[in-house]
Amino acid sequence: MNNVWQSDWSMMAPEWIVLAAAIVLLVIDLALPSDRSRRPLAWGAAAAAALAMIATAAMIPAEPASILHDTFRLDAFAKAFKLILLAGGALALLLVAEWEPKEGSPHRGEFAYMMLFALLGAMMVASSGDLLTLFVSLELLSVSSYILAGLRKTASASNEAALKYVINGGIATAIMLFGMSYVFGLTGATNLGDIARRLQETNEPYMLALAFLLLLIGVSFKLATVPFHMWAPDVYEGAPVPATAFFAVVSKTAGFVLLLRLLVTMFAAAPSEGREPSSLLLSMQPVITILAGLTMIIGSVVALRQRSLKRLLAYSSIAHAGYLLAGFAAMSWAMIDSLWMYLLVYTLMNIGAFAIIAHIVNETGSDDLDGLAGLYRHRPLLAAALGLFLLSLAGIPGTAGFIAKLYIFIGLVVTEPGHYVLAAVMAITTVISYVYYFNLIVQLFFRPTFTAPLGRLPAGLSTAVVLCALGTLAIGWAPGLAYDVLAQFGHFGDFLP
Amino acid sequence: MTFLSLLVFSPLLGIVLLMFVRKTDAKMIQWLGTAATVPPLILALFAFIQSGRGFRLEQLDEARDWVRLTDLPFLTDTAYVIRYELGIDGLSLVFIVLTAVLATLAAVASMLVKTEKKGFFLWLLALEIGMLGVFAAANFVWFFLFLEVTLVAMFFLVGKWGGFERERAAYGYLLYNGLGSALLLVVIAVLIARTGTANFALLHEMLHNPVAQGQWIAPLTEEGRRWLLGGLLLAFAVKLPAVPLHRWLIRVHVEAPPPVVMLHAGVLLKIAAYGMIRFGVGLFPDEFRAFAGAIAVFGVINVLYGALLALRQRELKHVLAYSSVSHMGVVLIGLGALNEAGIQGAVFQSVAHGLISALSFLLVGVLAHRMGTTDINRLGGLAKAMPLFSGYLLTAALALLGLPGMAGFVGEFTSFLGLFQTKPALAAAGALGLIFAAVYSLKAILDITFGRACDRQEAVVGWRDPQVSAASLGELQGGVVDLQAKEAVPAFILVALIVAVGVYPQLLAAPLDAVVETMMNGLGG
Repeated sequence: MNNVWQSDWSMMAPEWIVLAAAIVLLVIDLALPSDRSRRPLAWGAAAAAALAMIATAAMIPAEPASILHDTFRLDAFAKAFKLILLAGGALALLLVAEWEPKEGSPHRGEFAYMMLFALLGAMMVASSGDLLTLFVSLELLSVSSYILAGLRKTASASNEAALKYVINGGIATAIMLFGMSYVFGLTGATNLGDIARRLQETNEPYMLALAFLLLLIGVSFKLATVPFHMWAPDVYEGAPVPATAFFAVVSKTAGFVLLLRLLVTMFAAAPSEGREPSSLLLSMQPVITILAGLTMIIGSVVALRQRSLKRLLAYSSIAHAGYLLAGFAAMSWAMIDSLWMYLLVYTLMNIGAFAIIAHIVNETGSDDLDGLAGLYRHRPLLAAALGLFLLSLAGIPGTAGFIAKLYIFIGLVVTEPGHYVLAAVMAITTVISYVYYFNLIVQLFFRPTFTAPLGRLPAGLSTAVVLCALGTLAIGWAPGLAYDVLAQFGHFGDFLP
Repeated sequence: MTFLSLLVFSPLLGIVLLMFVRKTDAKMIQWLGTAATVPPLILALFAFIQSGRGFRLEQLDEARDWVRLTDLPFLTDTAYVIRYELGIDGLSLVFIVLTAVLATLAAVASMLVKTEKKGFFLWLLALEIGMLGVFAAANFVWFFLFLEVTLVAMFFLVGKWGGFERERAAYGYLLYNGLGSALLLVVIAVLIARTGTANFALLHEMLHNPVAQGQWIAPLTEEGRRWLLGGLLLAFAVKLPAVPLHRWLIRVHVEAPPPVVMLHAGVLLKIAAYGMIRFGVGLFPDEFRAFAGAIAVFGVINVLYGALLALRQRELKHVLAYSSVSHMGVVLIGLGALNEAGIQGAVFQSVAHGLISALSFLLVGVLAHRMGTTDINRLGGLAKAMPLFSGYLLTAALALLGLPGMAGFVGEFTSFLGLFQTKPALAAAGALGLIFAAVYSLKAILDITFGRACDRQEAVVGWRDPQVSAASLGELQGGVVDLQAKEAVPAFILVALIVAVGVYPQLLAAPLDAVVETMMNGLGG
């Protein structure tokens, strides 16, 4: 244990695979003549992510362990969320393979390996046991994401997206780092487990509460929840569609991983002001509840007014982040379980929708929702698939979205007293979300078409759409499939170090 | 596959087969779509007849593992196990038969739908699966699942095949019912979370058996139960609908294609009545007492408000829409009475109104197709041109006003009988609505069948329905065609059923007896 070189490096197998693939692809991209297509690189990257997923799945039965002085933890939580991150990453890379930039030279090569680096960062967040590794891997994710947002070098929207992303991300990082400094100042430790133990003995409730709030605000940037949600629509709109899909899915999942790793581990047992048995985390419940409520309301109400598909999905993703945050705010025994389930489902239905939108943007060059008009008439299967994803996003039974939402609802009301207000807000915002999801369905199925018929869906996109559609339907009608996987993780009993 | 699954999902076969039919082959689609509704009808009638001969319906219960939400160590082995469970009793059977009958008749009536028949039948069959499933479900999750299938199917049927303002009507339907469903979902989530089960029978046990209450995962206070029941009742009040939550119903009645309204007024509104009886009275009998007075008051408001507004309408669809509001009020009156007669009356009224409104909208569909309008001011003197049709229309009006010997009378009489026993003053006020019913239904129908003969050319000027206008305008040159055999057969079947229930209510009462008795026991006599 003391000698770094004697550590059990095989625990990091998924990370090694992703890292090696990224470096190999980078070298190939440099060596390849500039007139050769970079499309196979993205396929290679997707295969690497899928391979890493298999490696992660193979490690599920292993006992929880940690290496490198407990900075890298491989517990059930890490494995479970890495599976979702890798699934989202692999599917997003399939979108990258079919990306057709409208301007300038194609940069498929860097698109693929930058996304792999971002994915690596997200995976490391899931496995971090230390503030330092947590921060470094978060930065790896963030910096790679900034580059992804600005990949359309000559498009002003893309540049704007990248710039906004960098500035907002920079501020959020600064706030989070500031919060971490308080924690370090109070405990003198960077290891999450050590911090949790030492915080139990501190007597600085106000200082701790301040640290908690700063960290929460910093994390809310990655989650795209109130108060740090404003960047999302602009960045989602300007970035290339595969990058948008990556931000909406992988980045957000990483954000929730961060939220749980950072805040729950450190503050679950920390003392709060006043009544002694209460923990700081529980005393902060009202704050999180209010943020969750606001996020749901703002996300779903503003989405009503959007014409751009990407912006619409941006606000819808804010609303979904609100649902997830509600699941967190409930702090019931179902918390991590329900978040995992929701994020899994969210990944499938969102990437599926983004894959079809990517196709429409590729073909028409615009992402106005008029582009969907009458899609049913010349591409009935495509329209049916998008309809399925939209119904799932709306949480209609028979799709995976309902199963995940039901579990969040159950988590909200299982405690006594239940979070009825939050449940009511969630129910009402769900109905509000019907308006914009069904508005797209109206475009798809009811309206006459006035654009040229779309071409066939390319291989990468159709693979992604088929996988996502199958997953959405399968979990919707046989949720046992997903819950059996979830049961493998033993309710994350080894989550707290 | 066992019996109930087969019954619920048999229209799926039609959906699959329809996928392979060419879009343009309208005849084949009509034939196949109608044939697909026959298997559930046969199975439902078979079950109905068998149960009449003493077959115990519990034997049809089926259950299959579906999902286990969590296996936390401190929970029992059965906690949070949600299974695929179907099961029926006399109450559900009555509604299933109603659904199966009306679905077949609506499919026959769909011959007047001319555009995109394939999609229409796909959704119509999906709607039938949803409706059958709602009544056959034996747990809350599957009940909700099937309920939302009907929601999506109706959105498409109204929004795509409806009249001029179809999308608005579809959105109204979606949002009102979506809100009702969302509220219902919260209630369901609380019940599952606290008890660890979604099964109706188990929930009943958990709520009423003191021993089983020890197995609750988290307690539920008395006040909490009242809130749950309040939520349930409000959710179903939206779907019933109770005034003032009825706006969506009017639009759907007017804009949706007539065969869809047959199912909407005939079955979908009854899901609310079924829900109130099954979950309100069935699961929370003690708490229900506290709400009974309010329910009866809302029932009387519904009856009077609907009847008064129906009096003032000059568009046949509006008259029928408000009469639906009025008649669903009678269901509330029966429930509010909270005695044996009342509950039985609520079910009678649901079935009766289901049959009568299906008949009315079958005829409205024909009228709209032939005359190009359903505006009473533009119509008149039809008795001469369409004697058979006018005869059926008059029959429908008589059934609507509750003529003794017809189904409507049985429902209204039993419901009011119940309320007169417990709250005579309220019942007396509500009974005024029955007089109004006679006025508005006869006035509307007589204006159409007798009165000044209308000019068809003029009638078509006011045409609002793009679905059938082209066809109708094309036929303008010829004379008015009376009810044809294929239209008269479903109308005749409906009239026969209305009269059968009216003359021999025991037909319905027999399967209900045991259920109502159990509920009365729950209510404490």
